[in-house]
Amino acid sequence: MSSEIFIWPFNLGLYFILIYSVVRSTIWFRSLSRADKLRLQRGFFGMPFMQSIREIFMESLLHRRIFKKNPVLGYMHMSLAFGWFLLIVFGTIEADFFGEKHLNPPSHAIFFRWFNPEHGASGLASVFTQWMDFLLAFILSGLLLAIIKRFIPGMMGMKKTTKHTWTDRIALTSLWLIFPSRLLAESFTCGVHGSGGFLTGNLGAALASFLPAADMAPWFWWLYSLSLGTFFFLLPVTRYFHIPVELLLIFMRNSGITTADRWSAYSEVQTHACSSCGICISVCQMSRAAGINDMQSAYFIKGLRNERDIAAITANCLMCGRCDEVCPVGIELGPLRLIERRQGERPATRLKFIDRYGLTRRREQIEREPTQSYSYLVPEEEQQADVLFFAGCMTHLTPSVIVAMKKIMDSAGVRYRFMDEQGGVCCGRPLMLAGRDREARELINHNSDIIWKSGAKTLVTSCPICYKVFRESYYLEAQVMHHSEFINLLIEEGSLRLGYLHRRVVYHDPCDLGRGSGIYDEPRAVISYVAELQPVPEERSMSLCCGGSLGNLTLSSEKRALIAADAAGTLTRSAPDELITACPLCKKTFAQATETRVSDIAELVAVALPKPVRRTRSRSLANTVKVVADGL
Amino acid sequence: MSEQKANRFGFAINRSRAINYDTSDRKVREYVTLREPSFRLCFACGGCTAACTTGQHASFNLRRMNTYIRRGEIDNLREEVTRCMLCGKCLLVCPRGVNTRNVVAVTAEALRKLDRNEL
Repeated sequence: MSSEIFIWPFNLGLYFILIYSVVRSTIWFRSLSRADKLRLQRGFFGMPFMQSIREIFMESLLHRRIFKKNPVLGYMHMSLAFGWFLLIVFGTIEADFFGEKHLNPPSHAIFFRWFNPEHGASGLASVFTQWMDFLLAFILSGLLLAIIKRFIPGMMGMKKTTKHTWTDRIALTSLWLIFPSRLLAESFTCGVHGSGGFLTGNLGAALASFLPAADMAPWFWWLYSLSLGTFFFLLPVTRYFHIPVELLLIFMRNSGITTADRWSAYSEVQTHACSSCGICISVCQMSRAAGINDMQSAYFIKGLRNERDIAAITANCLMCGRCDEVCPVGIELGPLRLIERRQGERPATRLKFIDRYGLTRRREQIEREPTQSYSYLVPEEEQQADVLFFAGCMTHLTPSVIVAMKKIMDSAGVRYRFMDEQGGVCCGRPLMLAGRDREARELINHNSDIIWKSGAKTLVTSCPICYKVFRESYYLEAQVMHHSEFINLLIEEGSLRLGYLHRRVVYHDPCDLGRGSGIYDEPRAVISYVAELQPVPEERSMSLCCGGSLGNLTLSSEKRALIAADAAGTLTRSAPDELITACPLCKKTFAQATETRVSDIAELVAVALPKPVRRTRSRSLANTVKVVADGL
Repeated sequence: MSEQKANRFGFAINRSRAINYDTSDRKVREYVTLREPSFRLCFACGGCTAACTTGQHASFNLRRMNTYIRRGEIDNLREEVTRCMLCGKCLLVCPRGVNTRNVVAVTAEALRKLDRNEL
């Protein structure tokens, strides 16, 4: 029976991909850092293992996250993944149960109908045949949706679909051919022998009525085997390699491995785990507002995987983090892009074929030579303070925010020192976003020195960009607070008395404060305390970027204006009295993009402060009289 | 010393500076204009320089830097460009929408390439 030649394309493909996956995983494992290796080993024999199994079932098979985004898209992915999985599992059981011997080779289960054409006449076997037919129909329904999606992406809530390379196209064609060819092959065989379930049996009988079914069947079995074999052989060089790699990624992530700030085996696993599904493309504001469709994370990851020159793609991103939120595979897209920015230009010569596809491929970590130097900065003198207020560069361009913060802190009786009143030094995050970490370190050291020397317990900043870098990249003893958090604290401890403003306002989550630092509730609590806060269409973790982001070095001001207008339009759809934000950069960007008044959260609170009691003339006259009388 | 002497009367005679546009090094200017076309929009208002964070700590002048790029004064440019902190304030004040941060980044890149003879 195994003498059938047509099973060999499938067999070779299957053994190739199995061996390749094992070898590749071993190489990745070996190049992990020692700490990560230990994490993975511990994770494999503990709770993370069970979590991973659960996640693989929920995400890799059922595609729960995609379901949440769009049910039709979710069904499409689920029917292909879960349907194929069930077909393999039940096909193996069927072959094991009804075949001549137990523990058959995989080819025996895959081509079961060819080897057992009469199978399924009665009893349990016929139930099984109907079930297998149902599974095939289930997959075919998903395939139909996939074909429709390729031509009408809008039907599944996708604005754009990913453009593919030619290897991807061949693999996609062979994937699409697998299931129709199986259907036809089984149908012809069933047509000859009068067997089969509701799908293959009926279709087979219909086809056999006017076609020479016995002659046709082997051709379709060949096609079935060839398309499977082609698919398996192309797997490592196409996006479909994500199927095996995603399993590895889930194990690694659940064991506690993270991207960190250097290129590692984990980064490489992530680039291969991307399925180019294009969900990142349809949420990207660069695409929907500015019409830029070539730099989204799917293309960035694809460029990384194929070792292309992606310097322009890498730089042209707002780093807003919306794609990170929606990625169904959970790839850390932002950190990967920063690693690539840090790496700088690639060597002029591309890697040779053998290095690219050979098993020893490993990217060199190229450190940029420093382009900037801040040796001119003079260390500041020691000045003690309990609370330090750092406005930040951007806030100095919105002086009203500084005035408001001063009023609030004075009103609450906070004794603070204004750290950059005379103009401070940049926090370093803009340099980090441009991939110049080493240079940023100089600024970080300068600022850290001032903060350490002051002995401050609390560092309040008005800029979310500074806030994020203070929290993540500075080593400080002081507690870092954004002013929205600080104002919330002042309200909660009762040191700030505020009136209520009868205004309808909406709140915009700045990227670095919301998604970047997870501060969603404090600003909302503050706003609700002084005004009527209305919900907006896209908020919290899916909040829109204002377009002014310092994350993008190359975006032109025209495109930025388009993004700002689109975001401001969405935010002010309910015609609020005021658009509130918590970032000076967002405030400045939105102010140019909308007619609605744009204020910082501190300005709103400052307006709600009780008016200082003004001395009336009579009282001051009385005082004068009193002073004169005392003098006498 | 000589400067002090010359300054005795409250003014000094500037060193003679002739900018010969025919012989000046255009490579950096061409590279910057190609990579950041908005560079050409600058009308030298000096808003960027007034807003500059670095300008408060050191001699850094984006407007002057633009002049250096246009004139091909590479040596002066080399000193100037290393001081910027890329904080982006200039970006927000620019009335012409010049992508100033990228002008600095691209200039630094151009100088690096110039040193490697890649330009």
